[in-house]
Amino acid sequence: MSEMSVSVSAPTVHPGSQPLPEAPAKVTARNLNFYYGEHHALKNINLALGTNRVTAFIGPSGCGKSTLLRIFNRMYDLYPGQRAEGQLLLDHTNILDPKLDLNLLRARVGMVFQKPTPFPMTIYENIAFGIRLYEKISKSEMDDRVEKALRGGALWNEVKDKLNASGLSLSGGQQQRLCIARTVAVRPEVILFDEPCSALDPISTAKVEELIQELSENYTIAIVTHNMQQAARVSDKTAFMYLGELIEFDDTSKIFTSPSDRRTQDYITGRFG
Amino acid sequence: MAVESNVIDAAGPYDRAKALSAFKLGDVTFYWITRLSAISVLLILGGIIISLVVGAFPAIKEYGLSFLWTQRWAPSADPPVLGALGPMYGTLVTSFIAMLIAIPVGLGIAIFLTELCPQWLRRPIGMAVELLAGIPSIIYGMWGFFVLGPFLANTFQPFMIRVFDGVPVLGAIFAGPPSYLSLFNAALILAIMVLPFITSISVDVFKTVPPVLKEAAYGVGCTTWEVVRSVVIPYTRVGIIGGIMLALGRALGETMAVTFIIGNSFRISSSIFAPGTTISAAIASEFAESDGLHQSGLILLGLLLFVLTFFVLAAARLMLLRLEQKAGR
Repeated sequence: MSEMSVSVSAPTVHPGSQPLPEAPAKVTARNLNFYYGEHHALKNINLALGTNRVTAFIGPSGCGKSTLLRIFNRMYDLYPGQRAEGQLLLDHTNILDPKLDLNLLRARVGMVFQKPTPFPMTIYENIAFGIRLYEKISKSEMDDRVEKALRGGALWNEVKDKLNASGLSLSGGQQQRLCIARTVAVRPEVILFDEPCSALDPISTAKVEELIQELSENYTIAIVTHNMQQAARVSDKTAFMYLGELIEFDDTSKIFTSPSDRRTQDYITGRFG
Repeated sequence: MAVESNVIDAAGPYDRAKALSAFKLGDVTFYWITRLSAISVLLILGGIIISLVVGAFPAIKEYGLSFLWTQRWAPSADPPVLGALGPMYGTLVTSFIAMLIAIPVGLGIAIFLTELCPQWLRRPIGMAVELLAGIPSIIYGMWGFFVLGPFLANTFQPFMIRVFDGVPVLGAIFAGPPSYLSLFNAALILAIMVLPFITSISVDVFKTVPPVLKEAAYGVGCTTWEVVRSVVIPYTRVGIIGGIMLALGRALGETMAVTFIIGNSFRISSSIFAPGTTISAAIASEFAESDGLHQSGLILLGLLLFVLTFFVLAAARLMLLRLEQKAGR
């Protein structure tokens, strides 16, 4: 996939943005705007997600970070009255193209949600379900793929003896890893995490964070989080958003040590938000 | 602050106990009113069963179990010969065909309303479905008699006979002289009558599916059909089956509309276009002029309907339990 992606060579226009990502861009937003009906929720977003990098989105509630994530896989399309304008590229594909095959897009851009969302079926089926949508493979191949995905989700050892139990019988942390495994099973290129740990206990959170780090070797990852330590721990780049604008987008270490914008500084030191 | 709370503490214990004791009487009254309401359900149910058994007793003594498999119904013979096979068959067949039609259509409407329908069309369709439930059954009966019956007899049945002529089994199901009054006509009307139950309950339970679960399914790349089939329906299975059971209960017991259009024939015919009868239709059309053993036989029919409904609903519960075990819950 990397031979298809392009490096972003022009500096982004936003005043707050800093030197370019070293990794070639996987997803590129240029002058991206988003509207909930009349409400202008995202204003002129310019940024690029580096290939096989973790990009964290932080900011106070309602700043538009989840909204931005939901544009990356066109999830907003399910709801009437929501629309995006501007340019958003996945490699060379225009994500906002109305004629785009959404099912294919969502196979390339997977998503893990705030709350664990296992489907009402067995653990095995939860994984096999997504694979079956795109591939016709034999039972033994499917077994392999399910095992691989569950290993990828760091869940295999805990569930290998009860693959036929309902996905709903797992604990919250396990359910969330099942959802990650399910997302990985479809072999996406980008994985979006929308506050993946907000419903989890600290131990499960640590496991999921570790998993995100591992996944970043093969996937481009975007994660929305309210937990700034988490952003600092897992991400290579961090974007700070405020009131629908991208205030600052830079290396994570830079954002958390010497942010260039006052508002970023105030937010990460807990003065507001 | 501290002073205030001291004052409350000092005055508290005595006054509070007094105030609470005033509520106590209300509590006790409330408890007994709700309890009696709940018990009255058991009393009414028990009373109905007892009076049915008492009323049916002469017929039970006369015919015994053979009542169940006798097809002949000749109340004016001497002694009267009564058998429940015809009405039982008619009840089950009409309800079965009705459900066969109403379940897919009802679910289809519910899926369209919740997943696909543009916002502005949602209310009109939803209201139309609810109005359907508000139409009195006698009007369905008249409509079936004057409109649907002639259409079925003159157009639909000849067509089916032509298509399935010579095909074994199916040919026999559609054969026979055209008749306005038929099992199939009754089944169609029943299907229309129970449709609102299935649809409105399905719509309600479909709305309970968390949006994020649907988003997750769309998120792995499902189409709407795949989301509905693999996530929405399994998630709401219990509720949907509940709705279907309610509809089935209604279909088994529906009287007035069916009495109008089924033809009241106790003979069992292989054709669904032939007249037949159901338990409730038989009771409704004969009860007024009955006496003695005949009347007792009709009451026994009523008891049978009671038992039949009970068993159908119990079987459905059992099926539900199996499904849940299979899903690994």
